[in-house]
Formats: sequence, C-alpha cells, structure tokens
Amino acid sequence: MELDWSWRFAWEILPDLLAGALKTLAAVGIGYSMAIVGGLILALLQRTRSRLLSAAVREFVEFIRSTPLLLQIYFVFFVGPQFGVQLSPWASGLIAIGLYRSAYLSEIYRGGLEAVPAGQWEACTALNLSGRDAYFRIIIPQALPPATAGMGNALIAIFKDTPMLSAIGVAELMHAATVVGANSYRYLEPYTLVGLIFLLLSLPAAWVIRIFERWLRSKLGMV
Amino acid sequence: MDSSQDYPLELTGTNVPMVRFMNVSKNYGGLKVLDNLNLDVAEAEKVSIIGPSGSGKTTVLRMLMTLESINSGVIYVDGKPLTHMPRGGKLVPADASYLRRMRASIGMCFQSFNLFPHMTALQNCVEGPIQVLGLSKAEARDRAEELLSMVGMIEKKDQHPARLSGGQQQRVAIARALAMRPKVMLFDEVTSALDPEVIGEVTNVIRKLVSEFRLTMLMVTHQMGFAADISDRVCFFFSGKIEEQGEPKQLFGDPKRERTQQFLSAVKDAV
Repeated sequence: MELDWSWRFAWEILPDLLAGALKTLAAVGIGYSMAIVGGLILALLQRTRSRLLSAAVREFVEFIRSTPLLLQIYFVFFVGPQFGVQLSPWASGLIAIGLYRSAYLSEIYRGGLEAVPAGQWEACTALNLSGRDAYFRIIIPQALPPATAGMGNALIAIFKDTPMLSAIGVAELMHAATVVGANSYRYLEPYTLVGLIFLLLSLPAAWVIRIFERWLRSKLGMV
Repeated sequence: MDSSQDYPLELTGTNVPMVRFMNVSKNYGGLKVLDNLNLDVAEAEKVSIIGPSGSGKTTVLRMLMTLESINSGVIYVDGKPLTHMPRGGKLVPADASYLRRMRASIGMCFQSFNLFPHMTALQNCVEGPIQVLGLSKAEARDRAEELLSMVGMIEKKDQHPARLSGGQQQRVAIARALAMRPKVMLFDEVTSALDPEVIGEVTNVIRKLVSEFRLTMLMVTHQMGFAADISDRVCFFFSGKIEEQGEPKQLFGDPKRERTQQFLSAVKDAV
C-alpha cells in the first residue's frame, strides 16, 4: 500500500490548523487558570470545619471525577438552557473543562496541603497568625512544590481535553482538522498535523512546569 | 464541660498568678492524660516540668498554647480566663476570636523547631510582628535583628532553616517567639531533638533571655541539670498529676515521694 501524503496539501491547510491551534491554546490557558484557582477553592472548602460543607464538596469532586468530561460539556451546553442558563459553546466548554480539571487539581492540592507537617500549623497558632495568613503565607507556599508534578500533568491533560470542545462546535484545532477533512475528503494530512501540533504544544508545557518547579523551590529556599 | 459558673470570671486581689490551672482535666478517648490539675505560676516565675513520657507534661504546655482543648476546669492567664470567656455573668467556652486575643500573651518553642522553611531566619522573626502585631517592616526588622543578635544568629539572618543546624534553628525559633513580646514563654522539650554538643548553646540562650525579659516560663525538659539551675520550682508529673513539686534543690536533692526518687535515679542511671 502506498502512502498518499501530499506535502502541498499539508502546507495549504496549515494556516487553518494553526488558527485552530491558537484557539486550542486559548482554551487551555483559560481552562487551566480556572482549574488552578477552582482546584484550590475546592481543596480549601474540603478542609473547612463545617462537616456538611466539606462532605458536600467532597461528593461534588467525586461526582465530577467519575463522570465523562464529554457528558459534562453536553450537560452545560444542551441541558443548561432548560434551567435558563444559555451559554455559548466556548463558555459552556470552558466551564466544563475548568470544573473537571478543578476537581482533579483539588485532589493534588489536598495531597500537598496534607503533606505540610502539623508542626507548621502549631507554629502559626503559637505566633497567633490569622487563619488566612496561616493558609496563604505559610501553608500553601509549602504545599505547592510537592504539587507541581501533578499540576504539570493537569496542564497536559487539559490540552488533551480540548478536542472534546469540537463536539459542541468550538472551532479549536480538532474541529479545524475535521472541517478540512470533510471538505476535501483527505484526513491523513490534517489529523497527522493535529498530532504533531499537539506534541509541539505539550512538550514545552512539560518543560515550563519543570522550570517553574525549580524556580519555586529555590524561591522558597527548599533546594 | 462541667459547671463553669462555679469558676470566677476573673482573678482579683493581690498575688494574682500569671498562669492558673484550675481543676483541669484532659482525656483522649478513654485515656485520662491530665487528672484535675491545679497549678499556679507567678509572674516571672520559672517552672520546669519533668516526668516520664506519657505523664501529661507536654499536654500542659499545649493546652496553655491553646493547641489542645480541655475537657473540664478553667485555665487563667494574667487573671483572665483563657479557655473560657465571660458571657452573661458566667464562663462559656472561648470562641476563636477570644482565643486569638488571649493567645497574644503566650509564646512557645517546640521540640521540632517548626520554623517556616520557605522563609529566612529574619523573615521567620518578622512574620508575626508584621502580620499580627501590625508593626512596620522597619520596626519589625530592627526588633528581629536585635533578638537574632541576642541569640547569636545575626550572621545567619538571611539563611533558610534548611541551611541551619538544629541548635541554630532552635535559637532562631526562640527569637521568633520572643519577637511577639509574650508574657509567658513555653519551652516544650526544646533540646530533645538536638545533638548533645549543641544543647549548651540553646540552654545558655534561654537562661539569658528569660532573666533579661523577666518572662514567666514553663518548660518541659529532660535536662535535669538545666531544670535545676534555671527554675524557681520543679514539678514532677506522674500519670496526669503533679506527684511532687518544690524548689530544685529540694526536689532533686531530697525527693520525698517514692515515684520521684525512682524517676530521678532512673534518669541518673541513664546518663
């Protein structure tokens, strides 16, 4: 069997794909930012003294983690309007991805927070720091370095989540490739290029996370 | 909680102690750690607590630092209730903001130092004064540098704890606690995690600072020599009670109770 690869066609469709890749990057950036903050909120809510609240958040996190992302995207986009929440594909998709990865990241933060020795909390009490100062100035900075590996994985995972947005018509990279394929009946080049672009985008991401971890550790004096 | 209304809302009169434990009990599940403890510590008095492990001595300090709640009784600090607060003419268990206010007069050093690893020695010492006492950065730094000089750590002020030896970390921890200007200082086995050759540098610092600042001090220690020479009074704890107490010379030289004698001779044999 002969491989029917056309460089000319690949070159022709590249601009469309790169435009899609930009949207993918935007989705990753926004979704990840939401997850970084949302995950922290979910992790902290699980540590509140109110048993009811922490149990409710715990269940919510479990629920999000154990149902498919695609279902959640459909739910926000197609079922949302029935409850009067009408959102664009972009907004629905990003909310779903942000929540989904928040749930995962909250578990990573939780591990990092629990790894901070109890003595650190006792020192905060002995110095009479407020709960807020204790968390944001003492405990969270120490919980971050052990969490960076997991945070890096979450970033890569979000890259791979974004093609699901094509299911509700967000014109990200995967969607662009599918449109190209449907119009030209050629799928080899677009999907190969999609694979390459994903690879090129996520390799530096992993590298950036490693740099960030090293920077964080040296900044915190934990070399 | 037992009937807290039987306890005074405030200690008045002459000779109000700096710290008073009044009928304080503490259990973990079914295990009674402290059994109806009554203990007064006068202002500027230095009290050492000795005893076998599991006798409840560390719990005494941890309750005073509000790291542990109590099951019954009341603790007073400087005449005011610590574990409880006055409300409607009687004492009710203290809430978080009341505890926070009362805690300001108490400082504590720990066996495991508990310095903040992501901050330098100096940053450790200005964190509380800036965030809690509201000092300006310059004021807090001046004060911290003065204290770090007193504990002999000024040259290392920009080092992170990971770069300091145990004895150095503990001296920074002492400076950090004193930077909060406590009236009562608690030392919980502060030399137990140290190599023998650096114990002296820490005990010397404590000796110097406690007399210089006229602090009220409660100290749990296994260093009998240090306890003997720094304390006004030594309390021997045994299974959640004070078995015997007295001036160091009396308690170490001429213990009256059999358990005290056994403990002291066991400690002596170990050295």
